[in-house]
Amino acid sequence: MNTIALKAEADQIFTRKRLTNFGLPAVVLAYLAYIFFAFDIPGLAERARMDNARTLVADSYSYKTHVTRDNRSGAVTVSIEGERKGNYPEGQTPAWVTVNDGTTLIDLGDGHLVNFHADGGMDYTIPDFGLITARPTTGGVETNLDPAAVPDWINLSKNRLAITTGAGRVSVTRNRTEVFRYFPGWELFFFTLDSPFHGRSPLDLAGLALSSDRVEPARSNLSAIVDDFWNNAMWRHGDVAWALFETILMAFLGTMGAAMVALPMAFMAAKNFTPVLTVRFGIRRLFDFVRGVDGLIWTIILSRAFGPGPMTGALAILVTDTGSFGKMFSEALENVDGKQIEGVQSTGAKPLQRYRFGVIPQITPVLLSQVLYYLESNTRSATIIGAITGGGIGLLLTQAIITQKDWEEVTYYIVLVILMVMMMDWLSGLLRRRLIRGDESGH
Amino acid sequence: MAELSASTGPGVMDTRAQYMAMIRRKRMYGGLMLSIFTLLMVSGFILADERNAGGFWDGILNIFDFPSEVVSEAWSKIDLLPGHLVTFFPALVETINIAAVSSLLGAAVGMVLSLLSTRGLARFPRLIPLFRRIMDIMRAIPEIVIALVLIFILGGGPVPAMIAIAFHTAGALGKLFSEVNENADLKPVEGLQSVGASWAQRMWLGVIPQVAPNYLSYALLRFEINIRASAILGFVGAGGIGYELKNAMSWGQGKFDEAAAIFILLFLSIVFFDQLSSHFRNRLTSGGPA
Repeated sequence: MNTIALKAEADQIFTRKRLTNFGLPAVVLAYLAYIFFAFDIPGLAERARMDNARTLVADSYSYKTHVTRDNRSGAVTVSIEGERKGNYPEGQTPAWVTVNDGTTLIDLGDGHLVNFHADGGMDYTIPDFGLITARPTTGGVETNLDPAAVPDWINLSKNRLAITTGAGRVSVTRNRTEVFRYFPGWELFFFTLDSPFHGRSPLDLAGLALSSDRVEPARSNLSAIVDDFWNNAMWRHGDVAWALFETILMAFLGTMGAAMVALPMAFMAAKNFTPVLTVRFGIRRLFDFVRGVDGLIWTIILSRAFGPGPMTGALAILVTDTGSFGKMFSEALENVDGKQIEGVQSTGAKPLQRYRFGVIPQITPVLLSQVLYYLESNTRSATIIGAITGGGIGLLLTQAIITQKDWEEVTYYIVLVILMVMMMDWLSGLLRRRLIRGDESGH
Repeated sequence: MAELSASTGPGVMDTRAQYMAMIRRKRMYGGLMLSIFTLLMVSGFILADERNAGGFWDGILNIFDFPSEVVSEAWSKIDLLPGHLVTFFPALVETINIAAVSSLLGAAVGMVLSLLSTRGLARFPRLIPLFRRIMDIMRAIPEIVIALVLIFILGGGPVPAMIAIAFHTAGALGKLFSEVNENADLKPVEGLQSVGASWAQRMWLGVIPQVAPNYLSYALLRFEINIRASAILGFVGAGGIGYELKNAMSWGQGKFDEAAAIFILLFLSIVFFDQLSSHFRNRLTSGGPA
């Protein structure tokens, strides 16, 4: 009888275990299936713009040089990324572009040759294919191609001819003829074309910096080098450094400010320091409210009052984290050892002295490790908040992404953001280990 | 007694002088640290104030302008509020779904990464540093970076936000999980190995049952954080309640009743999940029935 009951009980336990072991994954799977359709993942393949992805990847590690002829004036310009900041000065072109009064010969490499004629026409020699000629006219573009039999890498319409080969891209319209050639790397990263230091090797630059022959008579070589790099119009290193600094500043001011505001309030929310129930209850609900409203809403409210900038971001972090810190600090305060406080009290210490010498030393490890942990995490939040309020590296990043063409800059910013966060992570870990010796959470 | 103190007088005085010197040094260091910190805070504050569009002292005076505007407008159209709450509820569900799926996927990936990077459990012990660095990098990338890039490729909607948050969650949870794994008992693993279990079986049957409560507790905390993150990402273009909020806000005055409804929904759901997760986490960590 007894064994039967035991067996039944064991069976029941087994059934229950089996149910949870199979039931839980089934629930998760069912949920994922629901999400699969709720998020319209089957339709994603259609909506995905793979050409965008290709430009993004190609742009992030390479740059293109535009050779453009304005078909009205006949003027030819060579510029990097087609930006005015990257224009080659008049009479100075890269080696693969030869300008000979009226005609321009562009060598795209591997036998690909493009020729701009003096009369406005052009031809493109493609190995293994032949010669393509095109001429912009008032009615559109005339070519020697048969519109019915063009390969798929040529796009031909009445008004436009576009050729994409492995060596580069050519586009002819009535208004302008353009040739794009791609090169790996981030061009003009150190110096723009108008700087006398463009295209020099690091060794050369070091030699120049040490020599007393001034390239620009007005300033010393070293200051000119640093200045040209820092104020690089293409990459704006100076502005980017400022933005990174602003982001860290937001995180620092927000986190430390929140800790300073939360500490006295935490005393008011701790059971063993504030016997008055209403005060305690009020402060705790205040912490809950501030945490519940969430960084996003605080950011919106504060940016209405303070306008865009790092101060707004810092205040948004400050307000949100006051709630989190208040909750954690008050929990830490409720766990302090009363004996130490009594010991300090027995020497005749006043309440403030009791807190300073009896309580603070006990909670310092918890407090510091939380604050430093939040400092690191807030560096990441500050990037996001910066994107909303308009400050710091988050702003630069969103701006670069919205223009949808400077992907090399986006890559640059992303690398910097990752390095910045990893540096803060390392720094906060280091400080935690240094300041909280023997504390387990510091490792 | 008097004799004793008389004979050791100079020694005591010496100790006392040294003690006082030590205290002075300590105080000096403390004071120095405090003044450097104060200097940093004050100069940082002034700098941030200068670079801000509106100054701090102007702003602090009209900090309640916007909330009162929203409240007064919402109050004047109070009869529309229940309707708005219903309208925006699906968006809220989407935000919570983004958070839930990304927590699930992130926890799954984080679990594998953490097992691969724990000494004693790793499948390829030589690759432990590699997997640790991978987790560091995944943790370091802010969600917004991945979300914005994916929005460019995949278009707006919940999927970019989901992938972005899952990516970050995998790194963050991976680190916490691997700390949990380090305390796992290796005996069940050895037992399973002795009967010829594969690595996956050893982990699934020998390690996971031991660490599951702690995993779950961290994953719940992360879920709570992810709800906030998914609301914020909505604001920069990836679906959900954040997106609706941005639309309502950009209309400016006249749509603040909708903004108020969204504020209420967001606040209530954050508080609800905060309470829910802290309740379950308490149960899990205090050893109650899980």
